[in-house]
Amino acid sequence: MAEFLDMGGHAATVWPAYGAAAAILIGLVVASVRQASRGRAELERLEGGTGERGGR
Amino acid sequence: MPSFPHSLASPARFRRLSRRVLPWASALAAGLLGVGLVWALGFAPPDYQQGDTVRVMYIHVPAAWMAMLCYAVMAALSASFLVWKHQLADLAARASAPIGACFTAVALITGSLWGKPTWGAYWVWDARLTSVLALFFLYLGHMALAGAFDDRERGGRAAAILAVVGAVNLPIVKFSVDWWNTLHQPASVLRLDGPAIHGSMLWPLLTMAAGFAAFYVAVLLVRIDGESAARRVEVLTRRRAAGA
Repeated sequence: MAEFLDMGGHAATVWPAYGAAAAILIGLVVASVRQASRGRAELERLEGGTGERGGR
Repeated sequence: MPSFPHSLASPARFRRLSRRVLPWASALAAGLLGVGLVWALGFAPPDYQQGDTVRVMYIHVPAAWMAMLCYAVMAALSASFLVWKHQLADLAARASAPIGACFTAVALITGSLWGKPTWGAYWVWDARLTSVLALFFLYLGHMALAGAFDDRERGGRAAAILAVVGAVNLPIVKFSVDWWNTLHQPASVLRLDGPAIHGSMLWPLLTMAAGFAAFYVAVLLVRIDGESAARRVEVLTRRRAAGA
């Protein structure tokens, strides 16, 4: 395990690269899901009393 | 029976299709990235010169490919929005830009980390690195322009023009390593005479690339849904304000 984590002496290159990629891509997924659910919730609130249906 | 692209251009129909595709794309992305990560970090061999730093390739290269692909998709959508005024094309182009920006950031950051042990520098102003940095700023410019106008339509059109004009940067990125003397190496996989990389590294690389592509599709569908809701909210709000 220690050998794996050491990455042949290149731990300082490999792990920050994978970490940065994971942080950016997971952050993107979280932000995208939040944006979509916030938008849908807002739309439902607006359409609530009017009987207007969205999508078209 | 309407033609396929035409029927897709209806947001309601697109939404139904998107809901069906999203679970599959997400599962595919998770599966491919899971397998790809284990393969890349645990089983692919170290490089005979670079040692284990070569493992950065398995995220750097797919991210760089997706950075270009996202832009090509965005530019094509933007062109079709400018010509045919398809709202869905505008929504999808807006949805694509932040994803492309993230892929470009991943390519730049991982490339920079890889550059230090390989070249001795985190950054050099060679044609490949500089043109990819320009790609990143094109994405940011697109996002800024798309939201810069009170009138959403105008913002969409301005951003679309930027996306189409900026597409000139794509061949510059791709061929920069052939046209100029770059520190960045030339292509090893997408070459006319076939990949110059051993299967033990090529297959995990392609698995990761497929995972990134599925990830793109999944996030794109979620973001299009968000953009479409935001647009509808704006239309309704404006209609109410006009009626009140």
